Amino acid sequence: MSGAAKALSPQLVRLDREPYYHSVGDELDVFAAAAKAKLPVMLKGPTGCGKTRFVEHMAWQLGRPLITVACHDDLTSADLVGRYLIVGDDTVWMDGPLTAAVRAGAICYLDEVVEARKDTTVVIHPLTDARRALPVEKRGEYIEAPDDFMLVVSWNPGYQSVLKDMKPSTRQRFVALDFDYPAAEIEARIVAHEGGVDDATANKLVKLGHMTRSLRGAGLDEGAGTRLLVHAAQLIAAGMAPATACTAAVARPLADEADTRAALDDLIRAVF
Amino acid sequence: MSERKLFAHELEARLDELLLLSLRQRSASDAANALETLPRAVQDRVLHWVAVAAQLSNRLGETLAEGAAAHADDLDAWASAGLDAYDANGIDAAERVWRQGAAEKGSVAGFAEMESRLQRYVQGLGEHASRSLTLAVGDSAWTDTATLWLPASISVFAEREANRRLYLLMATLLWGQIRYGSFSTDPEAVLAQWDDRDAALAWLAVFEAMRIEARLADELPGIAREMAALRGVWPAELVDVAADLARPDASAANSLRWLAKKDRFAVSPAPTFPYLGRLDPAAARRVRSARIARDSETVRRALNVIRGAGGRGPENPDVPPTATEGEAQGFDPAANLLDLPADAQAAAQSLQQDLGQIPPEVMHPAGPGVWQPVSGESVDEPAATGQPDATYDEWDYRRQAFRRDWCQLYETEAPDGDPAWVEETRQRHAHLIRSLRRRFEALRGEDKIHRRQLDGEEIDLDAQVEAHADRRSGAEPSLRLFRLRRRDERSLAVMFMVDMSGSTKGWVNDAERESLVLLGEAIEALDDRYAIYGFSGWTRSRCDIYRIKRFDQAYDAAVRRRIAGIEARDYTRMGVAVRHLSGLLAKEPARHKLLVTLSDGRPDDHGDEYRGRYGIEDTRRALLEAREQGIRSYCVTIDRHGADYLPQLYGPAHYTVIDDAKKLPLRLAEIYRKLTA
Repeated sequence: MSGAAKALSPQLVRLDREPYYHSVGDELDVFAAAAKAKLPVMLKGPTGCGKTRFVEHMAWQLGRPLITVACHDDLTSADLVGRYLIVGDDTVWMDGPLTAAVRAGAICYLDEVVEARKDTTVVIHPLTDARRALPVEKRGEYIEAPDDFMLVVSWNPGYQSVLKDMKPSTRQRFVALDFDYPAAEIEARIVAHEGGVDDATANKLVKLGHMTRSLRGAGLDEGAGTRLLVHAAQLIAAGMAPATACTAAVARPLADEADTRAALDDLIRAVF
Repeated sequence: MSERKLFAHELEARLDELLLLSLRQRSASDAANALETLPRAVQDRVLHWVAVAAQLSNRLGETLAEGAAAHADDLDAWASAGLDAYDANGIDAAERVWRQGAAEKGSVAGFAEMESRLQRYVQGLGEHASRSLTLAVGDSAWTDTATLWLPASISVFAEREANRRLYLLMATLLWGQIRYGSFSTDPEAVLAQWDDRDAALAWLAVFEAMRIEARLADELPGIAREMAALRGVWPAELVDVAADLARPDASAANSLRWLAKKDRFAVSPAPTFPYLGRLDPAAARRVRSARIARDSETVRRALNVIRGAGGRGPENPDVPPTATEGEAQGFDPAANLLDLPADAQAAAQSLQQDLGQIPPEVMHPAGPGVWQPVSGESVDEPAATGQPDATYDEWDYRRQAFRRDWCQLYETEAPDGDPAWVEETRQRHAHLIRSLRRRFEALRGEDKIHRRQLDGEEIDLDAQVEAHADRRSGAEPSLRLFRLRRRDERSLAVMFMVDMSGSTKGWVNDAERESLVLLGEAIEALDDRYAIYGFSGWTRSRCDIYRIKRFDQAYDAAVRRRIAGIEARDYTRMGVAVRHLSGLLAKEPARHKLLVTLSDGRPDDHGDEYRGRYGIEDTRRALLEAREQGIRSYCVTIDRHGADYLPQLYGPAHYTVIDDAKKLPLRLAEIYRKLTA
């Protein structure tokens, strides 16, 4: 995270410095308008193209605290809403991240939301329609969300499993923003800025990124995201030889199969 | 399963079984003795390859078994080089490759071992190219702008890796010829000035290499450095040429200008270096102009449709859109290029790459004559026999409307194949089947601990704590306090739609059948509901669907016999097959429904109507209809050019291109596992 973060509660984060984000279209305006209209937002796009960074940037721009939840297949609604803990001989209620966000008027970002268990829709639905409220069954509480509360989810439509799809009844509650890898010049600027390398190196890295993306469906499930390119740049900035850095940060994470690995190494050697 | 080495007598027994030697009163004891010292993993690979070869011919299997021990360190490359030779030129060629391999072993790089790596490398390079290039074995390195021909093997250097790198350099230079327009200028006039055409072409190849390498130095400096290191500095008498051609604005015309100085160059032969191939501008320009004509036509047609769409096209779908209407509305061709359908955009990019721009005559309307309504029946269409089992609509993208009851569909039971083939396949892959089953079983048992159950084998600590807390705070505690280990109901129905068109004949058909046997064995471990149907056809009046396994049928001997009977038949009219089979799939009660197409190429049918865009659009429409019924589609294809049109049909993440039919059986099972995980 690039902005200095200050923890308010275990999960709540307020960003003091502007997280670096380079706009690629009208996404800043759409998000700001959705925030103003109190509508939830869904970010779609491949891995490592800047979804999380975008949310951080918007949280900073809107001056709202941010809670990020990385969803996994064992994440239940109780994990989001909260639970009672026993401390000594007493019971203490502990807000989950979603409840904490609602109370604080924060942005709650559910990353890779399709990974979460189906029962989480029970709490997501009332928050994403006109009710804008969170029922906390355990405490008999019904928390109406303040105007500043905003729900943001992300998902990667590139996922192949048929069992991981978003139901239309959930999907149609969100304002959706499509993310893709930024255009070459913009991506090079991002890689140069985030990775701390010169423009020439950044351009080469972006070129490599494009090469891997054209291998999608023929050896690779997904090409290298901007994040991988930034990682490679950071290794180079730390003094590593460019080809070695790219092999470690780009080729190895992407491919397991021998021929594809060899071809990626060949492409890296060709570019540098 | 133990990983100990197999002893000679065990190896001998396995080989005898694979090669059916005992029937012929012989034994594989020599081969077995030689293999005994190898590690278990290598022994298993040898047995695998022997099984593959024995399926083609027992003699082939024997030769492989005998030579294998000497090639333990590069077994896979060695074995597949021989099998490829068998496919191309028969058993003697295979044995020659395997024996010759023994002589030169160690340093030779073969096309077979490099093909898939090179294919990916070239595809990766082609970030600007909208079309994909094919690789093939040729007498030397050259390209006709659609295929890169490369030598079958390279043994220039003493080190194998150096020979492999040479393949990459060759491929890069050929790619560079296409990328930097070596064939954009007609060289014939200049070539005609020379007495010796071959000598002239050799010089032209050198000039072009100078020009391309200078461009590569900017775009791919790594590979350019490698080339320069290999060839050394340009000879002193050519330095001025190299400097001139290195200018960023130099084009193929500049190379020709040097070639025109016949008196200076004809006196000595052109220099050569290892990665320099030959030029065949005549062949390249033939392929290129055919492609340009095709691409122009695609773009022109698409533009005409766009122009018509704003006019009276939608109101009266039977009237072909005409260009003049579009003109009247102030049509802007340049802006409209972005609105073109994906295939026309690809064609436009391809044109741009070939010509540097879209020729103006393409952008201008060609009049209403270009759009030809499809004539009815063609003459040599087979007569339909009996009443069809169903009729289906077909989507005509040019009308933006369905043709009602256009396709006549016949569904029949697939004929039985050879039961011995099934048994042989199962035995041959017994090892693979076992490991697939294990992996599939893992999928079934994976991560299936249910928390907060009313009953179960262990206490759910979280739930207990919560209940305790609830009781303390006065709330009603939950009774769901246990963890239960249970298999989840997967609630999944999968339809496998198998391409039985004529083009699958040979390896592809074998691979399809083998994959289905393997997959069937593996899915049995999961209890998923699945069906297998084959499709083929001959025009719209004869669309055949072959039942191989219905959803309610068990995977039994009868099903396996029908899998064995899958054979290459006619054409690939895909839309109607998708509609029929997704209809069957939609009736299944499962929550998740998946249609997996196993194919070797794009939709195609007899006569040129279904070929090309019409077929792709109809298939896409059929897949969209399936999607509306809650069916997800996935395509596994053995078509190198698949990436061109598959994203339009299935969406970017819903297909896999397998570049080698031999890999299909294993890959299909893996894909299935990943899809349903």
